Amino acid sequence: MHSFGYRANALLTFAVTILALMCAIASVSDNLNSPSPSSEIQILNINWFQKQPHGNDEVSLTMNITADLQSLFTWNTKQVFLFVAAEYATPKNALNQVSLWDAIIPAKEYAKFNLHTSNKYRFIDQGHNLRGKEFNLTLHWHVMPKTGKMFADKIVMSGYRLPEEYR
Amino acid sequence: MGWVGESVASVKSMKIRQSLSQFISLGMIVSSALIIWKGLIFITGSESPVVVVLSESMEPGFQRGDILFLHMSKDPIRAGEIVVFNIQGRDIPIVHRVIEVHERQKTREVDILTKGTETTIVKMTECCMLMASVGLKRQHVIGRAVGFLPYVGWMTIVMTEKPIVKYILIGALGLLVITSKD
Repeated sequence: MHSFGYRANALLTFAVTILALMCAIASVSDNLNSPSPSSEIQILNINWFQKQPHGNDEVSLTMNITADLQSLFTWNTKQVFLFVAAEYATPKNALNQVSLWDAIIPAKEYAKFNLHTSNKYRFIDQGHNLRGKEFNLTLHWHVMPKTGKMFADKIVMSGYRLPEEYR
Repeated sequence: MGWVGESVASVKSMKIRQSLSQFISLGMIVSSALIIWKGLIFITGSESPVVVVLSESMEPGFQRGDILFLHMSKDPIRAGEIVVFNIQGRDIPIVHRVIEVHERQKTREVDILTKGTETTIVKMTECCMLMASVGLKRQHVIGRAVGFLPYVGWMTIVMTEKPIVKYILIGALGLLVITSKD
């Protein structure tokens, strides 16, 4: 009844139960945080805009991204994955989401920033529908917790338009 | 004579009862594990609801040995989600983030591009080529990650990489079950 094995087993079971409970509580406590992030993106320049040899439109652009995501961070936040996607509809596709830029924010002190960047990933359409196309720029974020449930949300910024002619 | 025969019979019946009850309790453990696993598959809709991260391709977000909980709902796949997918010719599921989505007007069929397909890490080249030839579609996706627990899966990694540990562990557990009196 009181052998070493039984005691070790009971201790291990208890420790694992408490650890699991603490993980669960940490994850649940994330729900108490109601973040209010803000962001603004300006397109400074269309660097070039062309039709690839096999017929898909490709754009290169320079953006200015301003964001304040400090309120996303809680004690259970490991990092925040951030990306900007261009979203638009074409006759062929009901929705196109193309990532232009992404970053990992490792800690709260880096969560307020302003930067200039050209697109990190290629902005290519499936087809040649980009001339004069209106599109949204969406700032998405995925909060990666130390443990538990992952959170994601976005800010949609509309009213961007590509030029009518290739350049 | 009668007394000896009686005691032999009683010992024999004890042995049978004991081993039967041990056999049943072992069966209970195995079947309850199976019930939990199948129940999770049913609830999450994903054919493997819990996966262990085996590669470093998602560093620093996920490290080797972390576990991910997957969910497979009817919701369309969107950019930014972390999906786990199986492609032919590879038996290990791959965990990557979606960076591009093109969804057709009528059929709602999607073309997906994940981060591994674009990154220039040498390790990923094999995977890139595979995906470029297959064209990643909805049917390759077995779930999207919704939850995360660190370190829990490292035992699995140890066991897959050093099979001897697995045999020793199974042997020890088996011995424990056989020799335990209750």
